Amino acid sequence: MKEASPAKAYVLHLGVIALLFALSFVLPEYHHGLLARIMVLAVFAMGYNMLFGYVGLLSLGHAMFFSAGLYGAGLAVIHLGWSVPAAFAAGLACGAVLALVIGVLALRTSGVAFMIVTMMFAQVFYLIILYFAAWTGGDQGLVVPQSARVLVLGDTSLGLTNPTVRYMSALVLFSIVLLVTLAVVRSRYGRVLVAIRENEERTKMLGYDTFSNRLAAVVVSGTICAASGAAYALLFGYVGSTFASVQYSILPLLWVLLGGAATTLGPLIGTLFMYYVVDVTSGYTSAYLLIVGIALILLVLFFPKGVLGTIRQRWLGWLP
Amino acid sequence: MTDKNGFFDLSKTGLTRRTALKGLAAGAGLAVAPGFVRYSQAQSSAPIKIGFQCHRTGIGAAYGRWYDRTTAAAVKAINEAGGINGRPVEVIIEDDGTDPGRGAEVVGKFATQHKTDIVYGTLFSHVVIGSAPAAGEAKMPYFVVSEGHHVASTKLNRYVFQPGITDVKSQIQAMAPWIAANAGKKVTQIFPDFAFGYDHRDYLPPALKAQGGEVIAQIAIPPTESSFTKYFPQIPAETEVIYHVMVGPAVLTFVKELGEFYGSSRPQLFGFIDSLEATDINSPGLEFLDGSHFWEGSPRYAQPDDSAAQKAYRAAVGIDDNGAAVGDPKDVSTAAHMFGCWETLYVVKKAMEDAGYKGPEDRAKLVEATEALTEFAEGPEHPQGPKTFNGKIHQCFGIQNISKVEGGRLNVVHKTKIEDGLYEPEGDYTTQPL
Repeated sequence: MKEASPAKAYVLHLGVIALLFALSFVLPEYHHGLLARIMVLAVFAMGYNMLFGYVGLLSLGHAMFFSAGLYGAGLAVIHLGWSVPAAFAAGLACGAVLALVIGVLALRTSGVAFMIVTMMFAQVFYLIILYFAAWTGGDQGLVVPQSARVLVLGDTSLGLTNPTVRYMSALVLFSIVLLVTLAVVRSRYGRVLVAIRENEERTKMLGYDTFSNRLAAVVVSGTICAASGAAYALLFGYVGSTFASVQYSILPLLWVLLGGAATTLGPLIGTLFMYYVVDVTSGYTSAYLLIVGIALILLVLFFPKGVLGTIRQRWLGWLP
Repeated sequence: MTDKNGFFDLSKTGLTRRTALKGLAAGAGLAVAPGFVRYSQAQSSAPIKIGFQCHRTGIGAAYGRWYDRTTAAAVKAINEAGGINGRPVEVIIEDDGTDPGRGAEVVGKFATQHKTDIVYGTLFSHVVIGSAPAAGEAKMPYFVVSEGHHVASTKLNRYVFQPGITDVKSQIQAMAPWIAANAGKKVTQIFPDFAFGYDHRDYLPPALKAQGGEVIAQIAIPPTESSFTKYFPQIPAETEVIYHVMVGPAVLTFVKELGEFYGSSRPQLFGFIDSLEATDINSPGLEFLDGSHFWEGSPRYAQPDDSAAQKAYRAAVGIDDNGAAVGDPKDVSTAAHMFGCWETLYVVKKAMEDAGYKGPEDRAKLVEATEALTEFAEGPEHPQGPKTFNGKIHQCFGIQNISKVEGGRLNVVHKTKIEDGLYEPEGDYTTQPL
């Protein structure tokens, strides 16, 4: 592994953030809105990447963490009338607590068993949402009222339905999570996580408590995913059980694999790519999922470690 | 950081110059794709653009296919008659995958990229509810054909309308008098344990009670269930009517197992045709339904007393006397719901003409003109039957059909009155700002 100076990595990441900021002023209206959504969902992918990419734990249940944030924030606004910051914090707290509980139970397993256990927990979470339909809206979901989606900062009120406010809110969340992720993976803790992924027994032998480290990774990962869910509810105004279904557990896996697992910017690339492939191809044919499938196969063939993973392997070894 | 032991390495293929060229070609393709095309048209001569949010893929695909055909037929008829305000109508279709997340994106795409005048045609409730905020934020009139109670509940926003099909609360309420008078007064409900089932769970008991009947048991079946026999012993022995609204592929198993459970002596059966839309009533396993009754929005099978308008509508859409596609008897339509597309488009036409609609700057006028509508007479524009429209809750009310399965077809035995399905408004959209 080539080691870059910290400055090089931070310049790259700040450059990406600056680019996204600049795009806000030049993108056509539709792509402006779409990119806001992509940034929020890229946060979901970054949370997933934290566990899958850096710890090597393949979860098929991360939709529950996203939904914990989605419902935690959405229901706090709808039923309790909480403000946007309080609701966002509620979403984060729901995700963190759920991740802690699930982590304690699921980390007793590893490999395929971990995958199945997380999937089963996510299914339980999904069915709970359906069961408490009186509160959650069941499979139909609930609308977060437009009037409640206002961020009050001192004397200023920012409507989250305003496209610019929404884009900038998504960018702020994305930037914070990106920089936090970068800091984590470059820290001693991040190196321990990679060590666990590469050889857990050896890491144990070196004196590290691998269970605690993995548990902390589950909690960080779950909380980041919940942040994405909470932001989705508040920025786009809808909470629904579809987001807790297995499809939304597979999507972040796909985004991360496409962009490059264990790369900090890979989740953004993967999410961006998938969104635009679907958006563009569905304009030509109703069989767009077939084209998406072919695109995925080609990517796996020619970019086996994902886009950024392959670029890092072949040209830019210093990419974090 | 890199993974040294190839944890993510799915193959060992190298990158060649050819690969790079393919990548460049793909990039160029992306750049000229529809997503990046700039749209501009002169408004006065340009067509009225209707964004059709279609369930082309996902669980709603069977409905989407028929909604698509009905929409095409209605637009053809409207254009042949001079269009709307003298302008032709153009339909732009986007697939929402029957997914609420994608649905909201599609509404945004119609509003900001295609710049359509309205968005229309959504069926599945979760997609409507997921898309409604995007429509409200874009101030985009959003005409759904969903039959969900979500619009009339006034929980959405002022831009969402359902003027072409009645909502499920109204439908259930209208069924109660006939059930109590003809099928029996002691009813057991069997329904899927999610929102579609809950509408029936919540709205039937009070409606039936008002008619002197009673729901004596409610059996909710989890959506993941594939075998139903174990639930049938929960049906009370004194049950006179089993009211069933199972949906999805499991309905065939449900009916078959119900038949095996009861044999030749069974209570009366009453269901909603939603269970069997796009499914041949003569499919193996459905024999047990012979003699049972179903709600139908619009009859699947041609009826002896069909109006000239109904006949013309069926011919235009391309369904035969059995409710299947002309030339393909296996392609059974979603007749009970898809008429709503036809009628909604004519409501849009009427409202746009009333508003003197010229372009997106008149969307607020269009909303107000739609809210001002009160009734739609039966005829070529409304072949299913006459309707009233409540502008405060953005919902229409109409007649319902009760059909009996006999001789391998559905024969209409009763038509309800509009009044049977009326209820007290739960709110008022017109108080919301435009």
